[in-house]
Amino acid sequence: MTDDRNPNLPDDTDITDDTDVPEAPDLAVATSVGMLERPPLLEEAMGGDEIDEEGTSLWKGALQRLVRNPSAIIGAVIVALFVLIAVFAPVLAPYEPAGSQWIDQITPYSLPPFSPEHPLGLDPFGSDLLTQLIFGARQSLIIGVVSTLLGLIGGAILGGLAGAFGGWVDVTVMRLVDILLSIPSLLLAVSVAAVMGRQPLAIMVAIATAQVPIFARLLRGSMMAETRKDYVLASWSLGLRRRTITMSHVLPNSLGPVLVQATLTLATAIIEVAALSYLGLGEADPAVAEWGRMLVKAQDRLQSAPWLTFFPGLCIAVTALGFTLLGESLREALDPKSRR
Amino acid sequence: MLRFAVRRILLMIPVLFGLSVLLFVWLRSLPGDPARALLGEKATPEAIARINEQYGFNQPLLQQYVTYVGQLIRGDFGNSPRTGEPVLETFMLRFPATVELAVAALLFAVVIGIPLGYLAAKRAGGILDTLTVSASLGGVVIPVFVLAYLLKVVFAVGLPGLKFLAVLPSSGRQTVTIDATHVTNFYVLDGLLTGEFDAAWDAILHLILPAIALGSIPLAIIVRMTRASVLDVLHEDYVRTARAKGLDPGLISRRHVLRNALLPVTTTIGLQTGALLSGAVLTESVFAFNGIGSYLFEAISNLDFAVLQGFIVFIALVYALVNLVVDLLYGLIDPRLRTR
Amino acid sequence: MTQTQAQGGTAVTEREPLLEIDNLSVTFKHRRSQTRAVDGVSYSVDPGEIVGVVGESGSGKSVTVLALMGLLPARGVEVTGQVRYKGQDLLSMGDRAMAKLRGSEIAMVFQDPISSLNPVVPIGVQVAEVLLTHTKTTKKAAMAESVDLLRRCGIPDPERRLKEYPHQLSGGMRQRALIAMALACKPKLLICDEPTTALDVTIQAQVLELLKELVTDSGTAMIMITHDLGVVAGLCDHVNVMYSGRIVESAPRQELFAHPRHRYTHGLLASIPRLDLPRGEPLQPIPGTPRDTITWSKACAFAPRCRHATDECVRPDIPLEPLPDSPPDHPVRCVHPAEVTHG
Repeated sequence: MTDDRNPNLPDDTDITDDTDVPEAPDLAVATSVGMLERPPLLEEAMGGDEIDEEGTSLWKGALQRLVRNPSAIIGAVIVALFVLIAVFAPVLAPYEPAGSQWIDQITPYSLPPFSPEHPLGLDPFGSDLLTQLIFGARQSLIIGVVSTLLGLIGGAILGGLAGAFGGWVDVTVMRLVDILLSIPSLLLAVSVAAVMGRQPLAIMVAIATAQVPIFARLLRGSMMAETRKDYVLASWSLGLRRRTITMSHVLPNSLGPVLVQATLTLATAIIEVAALSYLGLGEADPAVAEWGRMLVKAQDRLQSAPWLTFFPGLCIAVTALGFTLLGESLREALDPKSRR
Repeated sequence: MLRFAVRRILLMIPVLFGLSVLLFVWLRSLPGDPARALLGEKATPEAIARINEQYGFNQPLLQQYVTYVGQLIRGDFGNSPRTGEPVLETFMLRFPATVELAVAALLFAVVIGIPLGYLAAKRAGGILDTLTVSASLGGVVIPVFVLAYLLKVVFAVGLPGLKFLAVLPSSGRQTVTIDATHVTNFYVLDGLLTGEFDAAWDAILHLILPAIALGSIPLAIIVRMTRASVLDVLHEDYVRTARAKGLDPGLISRRHVLRNALLPVTTTIGLQTGALLSGAVLTESVFAFNGIGSYLFEAISNLDFAVLQGFIVFIALVYALVNLVVDLLYGLIDPRLRTR
Repeated sequence: MTQTQAQGGTAVTEREPLLEIDNLSVTFKHRRSQTRAVDGVSYSVDPGEIVGVVGESGSGKSVTVLALMGLLPARGVEVTGQVRYKGQDLLSMGDRAMAKLRGSEIAMVFQDPISSLNPVVPIGVQVAEVLLTHTKTTKKAAMAESVDLLRRCGIPDPERRLKEYPHQLSGGMRQRALIAMALACKPKLLICDEPTTALDVTIQAQVLELLKELVTDSGTAMIMITHDLGVVAGLCDHVNVMYSGRIVESAPRQELFAHPRHRYTHGLLASIPRLDLPRGEPLQPIPGTPRDTITWSKACAFAPRCRHATDECVRPDIPLEPLPDSPPDHPVRCVHPAEVTHG
């Protein structure tokens, strides 16, 4: 995916590097350099192969690279479809969610076959499977967005503090982040879910907690990297205040990696919900349309009705794939190494 | 080198200290009073009084913390309210199973992942590369327990029409009818030590499916990491030098490409321990594999916090140790860190 | 330094050249765009001759030798033309046969010694592996010979250095180690790609001196790629000046420095500070940057930066040929060449 960069051509040095100038160059020469007049035919011939690659901003360039990358497009299409389905679920779904109207057609050993009324059949609680899947997108989107936001806010506070103040604040915060990182994210989520009990927000906070150290380290790292760069040094020397420098220079330039991580977190969130559901820490109401929960509840009927596992599993995998593809293409597009 | 090691070990102390504070805060913030949280809903008043006495939950907070840390250091994680057995004892009994599984999973991931990542990078953009990258994305976006169930259904239980694929045992660590002698509780090792090779073989057969399921995520990560790293190294000047020297392609791969490319991969493998152990919670429960993972699974389902607490301490320790070893190993293979 | 030294030009009829680059072109294909980095370059190297290739970054001087060594990436690169080494075409040679030549017959020294050495392999192993690959020798003998090579390349205490890693050596020492590797199998042709650019000025002279000494002693031919005319002046028998993928001027060293004809060469020489000119004389930099381009198929590629460019320069494929008032071994690719100055 990334290999088609130019071969490393070794002659990167400028010819002017080596000409040691013993005296200051004459000013008259300098102006004559700028005012070189070209013959008209030559100007005309040169007009043809004008290449303007300079002057594109970081974000504009990134966008151009994104549009050229097929996996970015696939990712974007999946994500767009997913968001559309989630938003317009009530319009798209043929029935009400979690209706259980057809519970009398369900037996412990068999489910009714697919029918025109229920193109994907019924779930074990007597609701239309397609409806449940469509509304499941909603749940996933809400959980994903909220937990990413929470994780981002938590991480931004910690990482921002560490990055902006440095010194002992930095040391303390980063040690805390190290500790949180040494606990596997699933266990962190489980611990939080245990404290919060079974309430809707619990899953989101749980997943968010696992993301906080990642965001914190990322933000702090990129802020540190930016702080050391020459233009920030230049801003200091111009007498700008710390707040101005942080807000208008350091922070905007640290946003790229955070945006990438946020996109990837949406994928993680959607997968982790399933794991939490499997551990019995998910949504309490079995009939609620949530992919992870649907997947877990379908395990008993894996042999008799494998599609019950297959469809929600597919939804989770495809959505997570969409966000992952988008996030990774974004990372590639923003990476100065792959820029050429 | 020795100083590096000592420094690295000393750095672990604040992390463990911080962890104990976090755990203490967590324990205190569990719903209900801590004794009840540890003992569960159905605890008798006498039992609660006993726990309060034992942990000093009725003493001032600071003293409670000191008592708590004292207990942690002695390895006293309390008794599981469900079984009444000390958590540590159960851990020790079940830990070998998880180590066996984790090692098998990691072995699977490394043995397949590194060559695959290398080949994909060598022919970047080719069919193998595209397949590998896609499959590794699949490995990341499919929830572990779903993969575990799929493997179990196809290769152990058997799908209608595909029964011939079901050749592996579906659960447990060893066939019950095999009367194996257990010395170390590492079943494969036991079989080899006692000369009961059929028992060892049986234990290996039981390991295959859980190891593949558990190894899928580190496999995906190792493949991608190796691929990216090899791609980077292939563009390095010293690889060009090696080619300019007319060296044998095999020698270039081994000495000049892989030796450099595997440095970052080593770190990645170390960082996978945490994910591996929490993945074990899901995998072991699917395959009824009696390790600490399935023990924790039961504990989470029953809100058995004593076990959860012990597990977190345990995992954090293992994680810290493994990464210490990786760092030391890194120092051994990278001369730039060893000498200065 | 008179005519006897300039064997390069007249020797063609007397003996077979060691290496003949014949109409070599290299095109990089990136997505839909194509860049022709080398555009029909021809030059030859006689046994024992030192040939300089001068040009700025992007002139194709390095790509030319990477192409003949077979070191360009296989995908996205198209190489055409012929490169005959002892009469054998290198470009149509199989990978295996080419690998056999590399390091033993034709060796190369690269620009940046720290990135050109493997950071995790001891220096000694990196020298010895060349010997072990190309000669029938034992590990022990190869190591012993490596000590000898490092010593000959001016590395003090070679026994100790053998076990050290590249990061433990200074820049100059690393470049000496690279040279030791290149000379390990006594190649017939040594290609040096800006071997001193990454070094301190004081070290540069030492390394050049060493290279000159080593090749003169062993009769090894050398291609010296550089952007530094100073390097050429002290070292080369014959000089090729490249601009934008083509040779624009080719001449024996004396002739080139005395009578630079192409406006680019002329500009290069004028932009070097000279002690023999009166003080206060302004330096004449070449205006513009190598980015002001036009393709050779339309006009002289240097025209956009040339003070002497006229509409006549806008014509496709200006030939590289001797001028009426220049010797036959001094072809120039220029419509308005500089006057021959006497003095």
